[in-house]
Amino acid sequence: MFQRLPLEPSGSTVGISIDGRRVEARAGDTVAAAMLAAGVVRCRTTPVSGAPRAPYCMMGVCFDCLVTIDGVGSRQGCLVRVREGMRIEMQQGARELGK
Amino acid sequence: MSAVAIRDAYDVAVVGAGPAGLAAATVCAKAGLSTVLLDEQASAGGQIYRAITETPVREKPVLGESYWRGAALVEAFRSSGAEHVAGATVWSLTREREIGVSVGGGAQLTGARRVILCTGALERPFPIPGWTLPGVMTAGAAQILLKSAGLVASGRTVLAGCGPLLWLLAWQYLNAGANIDAILDTTAEENRTRALPHVPRFLLSGYFLEGLKLVRAVKREVRVISGVTALRAIGDTGVRSVAFRRHGDVEETRLADTLLLHQGVAPNVNLALSAGVEHRWDESQLCWAPVLDDEGNSSVEGIAVAGDGAGIAGAQAAEWRGRLAAIAAARALGFSVPAVEEARARRELKRCLRGRAFLDTLYRPAKSFRQPSGDTIVCRCEEVTARQITDTVALGCPGPNQMKAFLRCGMGLCQGRLCGLTVTELIAEGRGVPPQQVGYYRLRPPVKPITVAELAALPKTEAAVKAVVRI
Repeated sequence: MFQRLPLEPSGSTVGISIDGRRVEARAGDTVAAAMLAAGVVRCRTTPVSGAPRAPYCMMGVCFDCLVTIDGVGSRQGCLVRVREGMRIEMQQGARELGK
Repeated sequence: MSAVAIRDAYDVAVVGAGPAGLAAATVCAKAGLSTVLLDEQASAGGQIYRAITETPVREKPVLGESYWRGAALVEAFRSSGAEHVAGATVWSLTREREIGVSVGGGAQLTGARRVILCTGALERPFPIPGWTLPGVMTAGAAQILLKSAGLVASGRTVLAGCGPLLWLLAWQYLNAGANIDAILDTTAEENRTRALPHVPRFLLSGYFLEGLKLVRAVKREVRVISGVTALRAIGDTGVRSVAFRRHGDVEETRLADTLLLHQGVAPNVNLALSAGVEHRWDESQLCWAPVLDDEGNSSVEGIAVAGDGAGIAGAQAAEWRGRLAAIAAARALGFSVPAVEEARARRELKRCLRGRAFLDTLYRPAKSFRQPSGDTIVCRCEEVTARQITDTVALGCPGPNQMKAFLRCGMGLCQGRLCGLTVTELIAEGRGVPPQQVGYYRLRPPVKPITVAELAALPKTEAAVKAVVRI
């Protein structure tokens, strides 16, 4: 669970969707940060045991924040910035064929 | 993403835009060399100065003076004439200094006469039961969320581990008005006496007063529990509580919505290792570090390593090491740099290294937190447990590369970054030999995953096409 500090009110937002839910994200946030800010507690399940995972390192090292972004699977959510209209989906197990 | 087009060749390519990379690229560009700085993050600063040019946390006292030092570095870099390619993932570096890099999902190749690797550090693995649960993160991750997005953990937050970053994060959290339920200090008692001989030199370092102020401020506000062992994160689909023992006493539990772990950092060696740079086990820092001369040159001609990737020494030392490597690169390519600049860099670096032995000794992570047992997951990607590894060693498996064939450990997407040190130590312990003898995963490009489509779209020479096309 993460919350935003009271910051400058002028900060702009972008509209994204997380598993079909529309979310206003802070412009400049990474996908992983936007998901945590939106109260998402896990972003994928593992291909081995199906266990839930969430962002762990936030610096591109651990690959636990893998999500499907605009139809492309296994993107590192902590390295991609949100854009208007971006579709983010939780990744179930391994990257699917064609994604 | 950056709009900068990457050219085919440069005099110098610097990888990583933390303090070492920024300083190195600045020196090279100012000396007149065509210089590119390739960095995976969206903006310059590395992890220590993460989001320095765009952080939403504008109240300077929250992140502290040591963070804002980075602004001047970025400023100098921007006016140096070096090219900055942000969002650039370097996935390959050959001995001939050909660099494979992906920007925005498109791969390309470039090359440089000299390469300075400033890939920095990553947090040491902290393999405890439950460390893969959602809600368990590294302290560094929490700090990145604070710096880059103004996000802090809400609910019951527990920090656990040891090392300067743990205290720094706690201090920054308190400055930001965030709540910390408790700090579980895992610093081993015997470390305190072992660190005593190093106190005098530490007193002379800039870190002493800063560190003292910080730890005192945190201890005034937060419950700090010391002598913590047998730490576990407990939960089903996410962490719910934390269990631990105090000085080996009975087990206690605390509720927790977020557990932030940290037990030091280690060099991020993947790219250097894949290029064939010789590394050795550093027993004082319990990690692999490249073998370098006093200018940062590695065993591979034309490739230097600077910053924490050359051995953990902190942000200020990283800057000076970056400058030294850059001065050497410039001279090797026939450009002149005043001798006085080199002398100053050597002097400053020496000053920055003064407190290191104290910090390394005091915050040396306890063996039980480096060498887990039982069902604790070691390889997060392939979900390989400590017991599986020690059992496989008992079968006669001699090293990490053979271990891959048995268990697939280290073969997931993170390519051993979160398990490599643990696996080497567990095998060394099981065999009763030093880690140096056990070795590390053999790393090959691509050191970051890229798609086959990206590889296929790379420009090909006529000879390369003819080699595979049937006439």
